[in-house]
Amino acid sequence: MNALADDPGHETASPVGATIPMRVRDRLGLRFWLPAAWITMVVVLAATASLLPLPSPIETDFTALSNWPDRAHWFGTDQLGRDILSRAIFGARISLTVGLLAPALGLGIGMLLGMTAGYFRGRVEIVIGAAMDAVMAFPGILVVLAVTAYVGASVPLLVILLGVLTVPTFMRVARANTLVFAQHDFVLAARAMGATHWRVLSLELLPNVMIPILIYALLVVSRIIVVEGVLSFLGLSLPAPWPTWGNMIADGQVELATLPYIPFIPAALMFLTVLSINLIGERLRARTDLRGSVL
Amino acid sequence: MTSYVLRKLLRLGLVLLVVAAASFLLMNLLPGDVALALLGNEATPEAVAQVRAELGLDQPLLMRYLHWLGGFLCGDLGRSYITQVPVMESILDRLPVTIELMLLSQGLALLIAVPTGVLCAYKAGSRIDQLANAVGLFLLAAPVFILAILLMFLFALKLRWLPSTGYVPFMTDPVRNLAHLALPALAIALAEWPSLFAVLRGDMIKTLQQDYIALAKAKGLGPAFILFRHALRPSSFTLVTLSGLQIAATIAGALVVETIFGLPGIGRMLTGAVYNRDMMLVQGCVAVISVGYVLINFGVDLIYALLDPRVRQ
Amino acid sequence: MMDAGLPLLEVTDLATHFHTQRGLLRAVDGVSFSVRRGQTLGIVGESGSGKSALARTIIRILSKRHTTTTGRITFEGRDLLTVSEPDMRDIRGRDIAMVFQDPTSSLNPVKQVGVQIEEVLARHLGLRGRAAQTRAIELLTSVGMPLPQERLHQYPHQLSGGMRQRVAIAIALACEPKLLIADEPTTALDVTIQAQILDLLHRRQKAHHMAMILISHDLGVVAGYTDTVAVMYAGQIVEQASTRSLFRNCRMPYTAALMRSAPNLSDPPHTRLRAITGRPPDMVLPPPGCRFEPRCDDATDICRNRRPALSASDADGTHRYACWHPVASPGASA
Ligand SMILES: Nc1ncnc2c1ncn2[C@@H]1O[C@H](COP(=O)(O)OP(=O)(O)OP(=O)(O)O)[C@@H](O)[C@H]1O
Ligand code: SF4
Ligand SMILES: [Mg+2]
Repeated sequence: MNALADDPGHETASPVGATIPMRVRDRLGLRFWLPAAWITMVVVLAATASLLPLPSPIETDFTALSNWPDRAHWFGTDQLGRDILSRAIFGARISLTVGLLAPALGLGIGMLLGMTAGYFRGRVEIVIGAAMDAVMAFPGILVVLAVTAYVGASVPLLVILLGVLTVPTFMRVARANTLVFAQHDFVLAARAMGATHWRVLSLELLPNVMIPILIYALLVVSRIIVVEGVLSFLGLSLPAPWPTWGNMIADGQVELATLPYIPFIPAALMFLTVLSINLIGERLRARTDLRGSVL
Repeated sequence: MTSYVLRKLLRLGLVLLVVAAASFLLMNLLPGDVALALLGNEATPEAVAQVRAELGLDQPLLMRYLHWLGGFLCGDLGRSYITQVPVMESILDRLPVTIELMLLSQGLALLIAVPTGVLCAYKAGSRIDQLANAVGLFLLAAPVFILAILLMFLFALKLRWLPSTGYVPFMTDPVRNLAHLALPALAIALAEWPSLFAVLRGDMIKTLQQDYIALAKAKGLGPAFILFRHALRPSSFTLVTLSGLQIAATIAGALVVETIFGLPGIGRMLTGAVYNRDMMLVQGCVAVISVGYVLINFGVDLIYALLDPRVRQ
Repeated sequence: MMDAGLPLLEVTDLATHFHTQRGLLRAVDGVSFSVRRGQTLGIVGESGSGKSALARTIIRILSKRHTTTTGRITFEGRDLLTVSEPDMRDIRGRDIAMVFQDPTSSLNPVKQVGVQIEEVLARHLGLRGRAAQTRAIELLTSVGMPLPQERLHQYPHQLSGGMRQRVAIAIALACEPKLLIADEPTTALDVTIQAQILDLLHRRQKAHHMAMILISHDLGVVAGYTDTVAVMYAGQIVEQASTRSLFRNCRMPYTAALMRSAPNLSDPPHTRLRAITGRPPDMVLPPPGCRFEPRCDDATDICRNRRPALSASDADGTHRYACWHPVASPGASA
């Protein structure tokens, strides 16, 4: 319970909440470093997967069908005798690729639009805002389904679609922060000294808008990992036999009653990864004092 | 009030047109050719041309849109290329299951979120509040399909309290119908609870610091009365808006949950249609679901006005 | 002018400390006073001096988790600090009622005016339905509300500020309380409305023989409507006297400064008000001696180091002040 006691993630709690010494709030603490260690491990394993001494993630081994976890296969094997550890590590690649690239794309476009809207205001802001509203009028998952139905499932397509769908939220965060910082003295001073718009935007505003938006991006990363999970669970991500956490869960779910470890191992990995990213994001958010209310 | 509704209705009309156009364009501007997809890559050019003519694909885009829109307004969404069943018929067949699932899950989510949100706001910072927040953090990290298989494993396969798959229409047997829908609805509700809870709790804490709550206390009213009759309504504006927007998440939830629990809803049909590249069916489902989504959010705007008398002006 | 016998409310050595991130905030720090039936006590002090905290402590509506209260609040012979919460709920709104500073924020924005009046009638008098409605209309009429019948179904945002405060007063008077605490009831209102509201409170008080605590940051407001006045500074009472005695010869430099900073009707127009320089002390770490010392022109070493106690200035001990170097006694106020 102690770890929860100094939980500033819910700063709205009360202005006169428990008296927390400032020092404790300043340390990042175990709630940051444990998740960070987990994420680092997942990233390193996924990146070096092909160098590691792992059995093939796709070759079936009929001598080892549905083995529960043991010394030879730490995470066991699935119904086709494939090593689950190996599949999980290769599957992490997809989650991470989509989870990082799609928000990166959305962040790039969203920040450009958001800063433009927040800095120039007026008609530009209205047009950009309306365009974003139009994107948001649709439940995003439907767009992804419809397009994949047409073009066929593939990872690059997923990155592009999910990236575009994150643009509106990034745009909002960028615009809100630009609005705040555009009123600050250093920006007004820079403009008074005759700095061009481009200079003000790139040198004065960008560094300040970047930090809150990067922290916000963590939240989006965890959400996109979940969405990718849903889509690959539905078979709309990387085609079989290549593993993703989502399709591993989907395949394993068939024999949930007798072989529960098959779906629950990738499920647990995904859960821990998403939880870790959320915890890190929450910690950083508390540190930089970015409140949800900016959105 | 009337002018507010009129304004919202106007907006609704515009958004619906945009959504309809977008659903249509999505299907018609994308690379790839329906006829080709239908016949396979080995089809002769003549056969392709014939199919295109049959489907009206050789008409100009605008004509096709107007044609489609006209059909859409009359409830005619064309026929599936594959099964030849009218799309509207398939949808109407499956829609009740999904609507029931959505209502149940959304209702359940609110049923859990409102008391917990109110209680934790009242006791902000206490043990129980910390516990609820920790649970929220965990649930937030558990995607709906993980929750679904976890619930299925525990309550259907191990404890055998509830059926794991299948569906019985409500009219046939209400009890068994609810038994089949309980776990799917719970999975979606649990996935949605954290955000609803956090929003209500946050707004409620702000409300409880207002002077009118101090006045309510000064009147001698009890805590339950103050929380539910004074504080809840002004604290629920964001909650209401959010639960409308959350429908989008519920749709994604329905897609997977219907697949996992074998419910014959529109979500599972849509997933199937995507596999089979049944474009007419996909287009119809997308249009119907999107329109439903827009309508729900219109309803939310109206509820909002009922909750806050200041908005009506 | 005053009743004999026991006071209705007697506050003894009352202290309220908020638990804040920085430590204990001593919003009220050792306050004693009493109010008799039918009498009006004025409490005056700058913003942040702890007036609202004092008022909220008396009716016990501060969050228990975040505050500590010590001392005694004797109301009709009972110590309100030891009364159980359900009993206290019966007292609030029925025996002691409160009017808040800003009627815009003290009325629930999403409830009709009538409902907000009727719920207190239902809570304490068991009036419901028609009876409650009739009584609500009576109350609205008695606070000078035009078209009371129609007001019942209006929302606060449809009323003007003065109207809203009338509604708040109607709510407070609904059960004919023995004590009314009015916490700066006119601060948020237009100057022209202020006098109307104060007159209204005064009239209702006389009509019901009700005791009243009238809180204000403006000595001028208090002058015409109170029998006694307590001046508050940094959580403490620094001077206390009958209104007449206080205005005739105030002894404490802070009171004198307050008087100079209040606009005086007899001043020639455009006379510059002399605001008190500096700001009230940080109540987490108040000065060890006299709390006014950092801002006081007459301060000496003793003021810095030792806290002056309340001491009597006249024979019967009703005029008391806390100061090492009191202002000259007769006709001190300029
Ligand atoms: N809930 C609270 N938590 C922490 N500190 C508080 C709280 N309420 C008031 N305070 C502090 O207590 C002190 C006294 O506040 P209070 O509201 O009683 O002043 P006041 O005399 O009523 O001022 P005003 O004229 O502005 O109403 C102030 O320093 C204020 O910051
Ligand atoms: S005690 Fe000293 S500092 Fe305080 S008011 Fe009197 S003269 Fe001023
Ligand atoms: Mg006050």
